[in-house]
Amino acid sequence: MSDYDFSSERPKPSHFQQRQDELNIHDAWSSWNGYKFAEYFYDVEFEYFCVRNTCGTYDICPMQKYHITGADAEKMLDRMVTRDVTKIRTNRASYVVWCNDEGRLIDDGTIFKLGDDHFILNCGSPCSAWLDKSAFGFHDITIDDKTDDVAAMALQGPTSCAVLKSMGLENIESAKPFSINFFDFQNARLMVSRTGFTGDLGYELWIDHNLAIPLWDAVYKAGHDLGIHPYGDQATNMLRLEAGFIMPGYEFNEALKTVHFEHDQTPFELNLGWLVDFKKPHFNGRRALFDEKKRGPRYTLTKLDIEGNKPAEGSFLYSNKRCTEEIGYVTSGMWSPAAKANIALAMIETKYLEGEIWSEIYYEKELRQYSKVARCTIKHEPFWSPARTRATPAADF
Amino acid sequence: MKRYDAIIIGAGHNGLTNAAYLAKAGLDVLVVEKNDYIGGAAVSRELHEGWTYSNCSYVCSLMRQAIHRDLDLSRHGLILVPYLGSVNYDDVGNTLIAYNSEEAAYLELKRHSKHDADSMFRFQADLTRYARLIRKTLLRTPPDPTSFRRRDIHELLFLAKQFWSLGEKEIYEYVRFFTLSAVDFLEDYFENELIKQSKASSGIIGTALGVYSPGSSYILLHHVMGDVDGSIGAWGLARGGMGAISKAIASAFQSFGGEIRTNAGVEQILVEGNKVVGVALENGDEIRARVVVSNLDAKRTFTQIMDEKDLPPGIYDKAKNFKIRGSSGKVNIALSALPKFSNVPDNAYVNRGGLELTGSLETMERAYDCWKRGRFSDDPYVEGVIPSAWDPTVAPPGKHWMSNFIQYCPAELADGPWTEEKRNLFGQTVVDKIARYCPGFKDLIVHMEVRTPHEIEEEIGLTEGNIFQGELTIDQLFFNRPFPGYAQYRMPLKHMYMCGSSTHPGGGVSSACGANAAREILIDLKRPNSVPVDDFYDE
Amino acid sequence: MTQYDTVIIGAGHNALVCANYLAQKKQKVLVLEASSAAGGLASSYEFHPGFRTSVAHTVSHFSRKIYRDLELQKHGLTAMANPLPCVALNRQGNHVVLDGDTVSGVTEKDRVSYANYSKLTERFANLLAPFWLKTVPAIGNNSLHELLSFAQLGVKMRMLGKDDMREFLRIVSLPTHDLMDEYFDHPLLKALLCWNGLIGSKQAPRSPNNSVMLMLYRMSEGMSGLHEIPNGGTSRLIDALCSSAKSQGIEIRTNSSVRRIVVDQQKEGLRATGVQVDNGELISAQNIVSSADPKTTFLTLLGAENLEIEFTNRIRRIRSEGLVAKLHLALNGLPQFTGLDQSDGQLLISPDMATIESAFDESKYGQCPTDPVMEIVIPSMRDPSLAPSGQHVLSAHVMYVPYKMKSQWDQTAIDTFIDKLINKIELYAPTIREQIVASELLTPIDLEQRFRTSGGHWHHGEFALDQLFMMRPTYGAAQYQTPLRGLYLCGAGSHPGGDITGVPGHNAAHEILS
Repeated sequence: MSDYDFSSERPKPSHFQQRQDELNIHDAWSSWNGYKFAEYFYDVEFEYFCVRNTCGTYDICPMQKYHITGADAEKMLDRMVTRDVTKIRTNRASYVVWCNDEGRLIDDGTIFKLGDDHFILNCGSPCSAWLDKSAFGFHDITIDDKTDDVAAMALQGPTSCAVLKSMGLENIESAKPFSINFFDFQNARLMVSRTGFTGDLGYELWIDHNLAIPLWDAVYKAGHDLGIHPYGDQATNMLRLEAGFIMPGYEFNEALKTVHFEHDQTPFELNLGWLVDFKKPHFNGRRALFDEKKRGPRYTLTKLDIEGNKPAEGSFLYSNKRCTEEIGYVTSGMWSPAAKANIALAMIETKYLEGEIWSEIYYEKELRQYSKVARCTIKHEPFWSPARTRATPAADF
Repeated sequence: MKRYDAIIIGAGHNGLTNAAYLAKAGLDVLVVEKNDYIGGAAVSRELHEGWTYSNCSYVCSLMRQAIHRDLDLSRHGLILVPYLGSVNYDDVGNTLIAYNSEEAAYLELKRHSKHDADSMFRFQADLTRYARLIRKTLLRTPPDPTSFRRRDIHELLFLAKQFWSLGEKEIYEYVRFFTLSAVDFLEDYFENELIKQSKASSGIIGTALGVYSPGSSYILLHHVMGDVDGSIGAWGLARGGMGAISKAIASAFQSFGGEIRTNAGVEQILVEGNKVVGVALENGDEIRARVVVSNLDAKRTFTQIMDEKDLPPGIYDKAKNFKIRGSSGKVNIALSALPKFSNVPDNAYVNRGGLELTGSLETMERAYDCWKRGRFSDDPYVEGVIPSAWDPTVAPPGKHWMSNFIQYCPAELADGPWTEEKRNLFGQTVVDKIARYCPGFKDLIVHMEVRTPHEIEEEIGLTEGNIFQGELTIDQLFFNRPFPGYAQYRMPLKHMYMCGSSTHPGGGVSSACGANAAREILIDLKRPNSVPVDDFYDE
Repeated sequence: MTQYDTVIIGAGHNALVCANYLAQKKQKVLVLEASSAAGGLASSYEFHPGFRTSVAHTVSHFSRKIYRDLELQKHGLTAMANPLPCVALNRQGNHVVLDGDTVSGVTEKDRVSYANYSKLTERFANLLAPFWLKTVPAIGNNSLHELLSFAQLGVKMRMLGKDDMREFLRIVSLPTHDLMDEYFDHPLLKALLCWNGLIGSKQAPRSPNNSVMLMLYRMSEGMSGLHEIPNGGTSRLIDALCSSAKSQGIEIRTNSSVRRIVVDQQKEGLRATGVQVDNGELISAQNIVSSADPKTTFLTLLGAENLEIEFTNRIRRIRSEGLVAKLHLALNGLPQFTGLDQSDGQLLISPDMATIESAFDESKYGQCPTDPVMEIVIPSMRDPSLAPSGQHVLSAHVMYVPYKMKSQWDQTAIDTFIDKLINKIELYAPTIREQIVASELLTPIDLEQRFRTSGGHWHHGEFALDQLFMMRPTYGAAQYQTPLRGLYLCGAGSHPGGDITGVPGHNAAHEILS
């Protein structure tokens, strides 16, 4: 028989792998864009509370980082995304989404503007092919995928600013949300953006991959007395749900990877209409989105507070307690430890938003399967949105 | 003498499937086979002591799961195991590994092109969408677009509905895809030569088209629309060789009371008036039956075992014009040890997957140009698989065998008929090509079987050795297969049917042709249907 | 400043047809032409002192409806159906000649087969003919009126009868090679008949799916695919269209190259409001109609930033690399072809389908064919004004000369290739070499530069099923309208496609007016 050596299929180590290996005591790994990636390190709940109570770090090396430069960079990005890129000021970040011609969401991400002809697009899934397509017809433009060259970590939680201060990042507390600042770190440039995916005070740190381990060590040294701990994918998923952030594979299916007709979503369906700017110059999907805005989206992503405490993940939603009329489905659901509420994001047919919403929840008790029907209440604010997230100067804890 | 309800000519997998369904419906069925073994092109043969070759078809993905389940083939000994990945070599030895896991596959593609690694996701989604639509038609009888019968109109509407559900944009893309060349289609997604060739090769296997010929993108889909346990595009190997598939179906057939007679080549289909009444065997026996089903290809059926004068006008010409072009060869090699290929981080993906020696798009196209001129290329496209790397039943312990499929190999050479010498030269060409990527390969060879279209035709009766029993071009697909007006398995004479790959949905070890034909026969005989109505396509 | 209803970019024959129809409905039309004369590929020019020629040397299916509607006869265009015999040349003089309905030089069996074949293809050509003169509706369009168009095709197909309908569905995607093999024995006849399905496209006899369709297309105006030269030459057609235009008050501005299409951002989206010509002048109009090829129109004149991303890339991926070169020879006398009494005709040098296939094979790898195949016409026989008295012009379409060559074109390469072509012609017309006064070869690259067609492609885009009907040039712009309000297409890149038919211009005018 053959050798069963599949070793070349091993996920690629992250730039922080050395340190993360030591901390991931359960060896709970999955992968993201080919990188080895922690599901959790010690305990999901514990990691979640670190971020809400002290601070945590999250490996974002596998996130795609495209440097887009040249005189046409702004024009090209402005035509690609739905938001007005010309309004982003230098050294500021902006949350954006981009759509295909039919106005259906391809992905979301952040644009960092570093100069009039220098932008960075960060996103969760590889986007090279779409960027190349988008750049076709523009002349002075270079797209450089720096994903593998840059090490990046998110530092999130109420003590995150204090950690950075203790690292010696001068004046970091006055950095405003979505601002980008630069610091010297071991004679290299450390980029710090006040951005994140947890709905809490937090930063993202970007550095040349050769300095990944020194950066890690410096952050952990500074955070030693401030409750720092790494958190993994599962805690992230809890944190972002409380903050009401969408996630591919849950709230939306990337349009270019969608097999079934209209199993992808539009920004309006995802309640991201505020990101679509019809006053700016032409952008991709405008025609379709303009029509949809006039018509109103078929579905609307809605935040739900569901009675009881059984997570409604994967539930169908109905317009009545007898469950005779299906009106939508839950995309993500969990018990929120912060809000002490049974929360969910759900896609609901827009025309039913005014009426009653009932969720059919399946759950298990010691192998026995149960189901129940629970009343859902629509929430208009995120389940977690403390003032500290937005406050400038940022507090120490 | 005994009169059967049905005689099936040819014990290939479709013939046996057809027979099994007829027998399952309670008919008295006989399968006659000219060889002393059954299986047709789905066959395992011990040609060198201790080694069992799947010497015709060698991998399987289109086998309809509904049939597998319905005929309980696993109880009859069939197990299909998906194989893992494959390694693609270009002319200068660069490799591209198609890893099993999505993440590893992504990194490997990214090594060659970031753009293409990203595009692969869209490619997979699009191909899945196309495959899903076609797969819905596999276990259905094609409607006759010229007919006003309720069933035909109903089927046409079904198709229209499926088509419509793609959404406007995808309908256009689908039509586009269907008519394009493999390369034109792939260039929408990929820029890297090695990645393009690794995909394009599926567009030419078994066909007399090149990677640049319009229509080859459908062939590409035909090769990736199959699945193993719901993962579209996966290929599997049958434990015990491809003959295990035929054996399992035969066993199911026999469990329903069916009868198989080997060494029973058919000389002639017996016709009385406009009715078929039975067959005359080569040994002179005449056997009568209510219906006769030919599992032979359309050309052979009408031009070899039937008389032109027995046929309605025009049919003979249609059969003559039926495109069934020999374009592939096969070299089966027994090896004293597992070969070690160069320039791969580990050998697992060669050994437990496929080996793709594509070279370049130009290399493949030039091989096609050679075929057009009646020559075999000295630099052909070779697809190799080493089944013994995971199947302990096909070679002695520690020993192996390698199946090599070669595109292209002409059925007729420009410089005269195939001879032993030319055949050996062809085999040598293939071995030389493999040895370019596997130093020491030649020292491992214990036994070698070289099959050109000539041998394939001689032994298993596929005209010109065409593996699909007829080209898979639009003019011979769906309601045009084998001929327009005869796509519903009924042939121009009463009580005569066809059930081979010459009929919809065509080649590939799918059993769908045989099953579909059985459904039609049972309708005509006013028997309850025993054939699965639909496949499972919402996996 | 004059306010125009419509500005048309380019003055090729389709643009002129479109302009004429619009003017008939009292529109004020301006036609802008970059070069010094109207006519595009059909215009004639002097390639050697005293010798003139045009790239398009014959007409095979110019729409008779347009001929009538625009009263072109009144404007000097006569004899629209005087087909040239089509001669497949043989070195020994045993030519196969197709003249009208009769074929000579072949066996009785082939003659009978040809009768059957031409009846069948004629029926199919008639079936399709009405659809060339129609806008093909978008699939997603549910307007009953437009769906009727599809229904009509369906009904017409059924009216063919079962056998014909089945045969149609089969042969429409058949490679010409197989169709010819099914009918005929004579290699010259097969080569001759498949020629019409191949010329101008990137396909060879063995390529499936497209060539039979192109053949049927070229049969659409009742000439069974045969070609003709209007009295006075092909450029007479352009003269007639221009004369008609003039009489209707259409303004044609030559030497007036359009730099860009001007767009305006409105609430509903972008709208084309005018054009800017090279001297900077802005001209605004209600409608902008482009007869330029789709790539030029969208990518150069409009710019990607005004279009959707996937749409832009669909335009980019349009296959529009020309594969035909043009050879012009100035001759001091009438060439003598072995065994041919008079050389008035469409003369093919393509001994059999395998030779055509081989020539195509080399082009796939960016090489010129070693054994070229071509179609020769002596236009000066029909239009003596093209050459000094007693002298002649030989015009040849040389197939399978790639746009992208492995080694670049330079003067040496061109001279070598011209020499090769003359050698080839010499085999059939032994004295030709002595008769040559001057020669000119236009490669696809020359055609691209001189006539501003992307890729130097006659049809502005490969004639293939994926680029036909509601997908020509691509969905989203196949109904002559474009994603931009106020911008229309009327060139060969739109349905039904290239050749001198006038039909895209006719259909576009219809859409603009409705």
